[in-house]
Amino acid sequence: MPEAQQGTELVFLGLTFNPEVLGLWLQAVLTFAIFSFLWGDNRVYKFAEHVFVGISAGYGAVIVWQQAVLLLLVFKLWPQLSAKADVTADHWVIIPGILGLLMLTRFMPKYDWLSRYPIAFTVGLYAGTGIPRIVPAYLLRQMGATMKPLVPGADVGWWVAVSSLVVLVGVICTLTYFYFSRPHEGALGVSSKIGIWFLMVAFGAGFGNTVMARISLLIGRVEFLLYDWLPVWWPGAGL
Amino acid sequence: MGFIAGIFMVVNFFVPHAVGTQGEWMLMEWARIIGAFALILGLASLFRTHWNKIRRRQSQWGYSVVTLASFALMVWAGIIYGSGQGPLAERLVTVKSGALFEWLFNNVQVPLDATMFSLLAFFIASAAYRTFRARNFEAILLIVAAIIIMLGRVPMAELFNLPHGEHIDAKMPQIYEWIMQFPALAGKRGILFGVALGAIATSLRIILGIERSHLGG
Repeated sequence: MPEAQQGTELVFLGLTFNPEVLGLWLQAVLTFAIFSFLWGDNRVYKFAEHVFVGISAGYGAVIVWQQAVLLLLVFKLWPQLSAKADVTADHWVIIPGILGLLMLTRFMPKYDWLSRYPIAFTVGLYAGTGIPRIVPAYLLRQMGATMKPLVPGADVGWWVAVSSLVVLVGVICTLTYFYFSRPHEGALGVSSKIGIWFLMVAFGAGFGNTVMARISLLIGRVEFLLYDWLPVWWPGAGL
Repeated sequence: MGFIAGIFMVVNFFVPHAVGTQGEWMLMEWARIIGAFALILGLASLFRTHWNKIRRRQSQWGYSVVTLASFALMVWAGIIYGSGQGPLAERLVTVKSGALFEWLFNNVQVPLDATMFSLLAFFIASAAYRTFRARNFEAILLIVAAIIIMLGRVPMAELFNLPHGEHIDAKMPQIYEWIMQFPALAGKRGILFGVALGAIATSLRIILGIERSHLGG
């Protein structure tokens, strides 16, 4: 389809198409196909759903081929294949290449134990990477951000102090809710009860944001249909 | 092997050295290469599932043909066809995606992805309507927080054609911001501490070989 590449008209089965217009129609048809699920599960929706699965898997395969297999493995083993002149050979990549091949022994039940080596390497590597990064980012900085000045003064307004107190109380109470080593009675019971309130606000906020994110996507699709596709289909629509 | 890789990354963080940093980069690239082979496993599983459905003429096998054809089309467009110029051997090792691949991405994958997720707006709203009941104080808190967050992101003055001013439209985004930055953040941070401690504990168990479930058996 070289015509599509150049943005000129495409002739197929005697019909002339403009790639941009064809793209708009394809988007519109697929959008309606997915929305048809609101009416009930149907063949058109199922068709679009399976196209989505296939196209997404294909997209992932192409990106991995280009970004990982070619750039990190093939070009380092055979730099002459790369279009760039500054690519240097690195034969150490033969080790992950072999480990990767061992991963494929999953297809051979007799030798599938060999696939444990690349899995152990990858999981161990990410576990080792995780610890030093989690401690400062998810523990120390979060603790620092929780312990803000609570007394109003020259630099801290009373509303800021109250808000900081809300965060401090909220975090401590939420943590006590997740403390299961003692029964939630007395002061611990009260604290964990307040912790539940903060959790409920957090869940409500999370729910509200999720709904609004989906609504934004919906608005995007409706805007596409009204402002991009409809004028092509019905030039006098005036939207 | 997991122990060596894990300990190397931990030690390298606490005892940084140019050689260690270079080694860290190299190992992370190795993991990406191995990940590419893991993708082959996933794709083979997808192919086998759909191929078996087609071969056995199971119910709705036609959709499996659609999946495999869509997959083949995308791979053909991205890897084999590429830019559409030059010999096949050259196109196979070209990193830049061709226009046809981008056209398919923009006109098929992007709209399907957005529409599929926008569909969830209806189902979340419907599920919320059926399940959200203000039975107790906790449920009321959840509902009120959700409603304020949703309204805080809607330009209500424009919706009702009201003049902008000191009415609820001006206040709602401020209330939204305050809830997000303070009480909601406190609840999330409490959960986050638990997640972080759990992740550290699990990572240590993996590195020390106590946790082996990921290896199977």
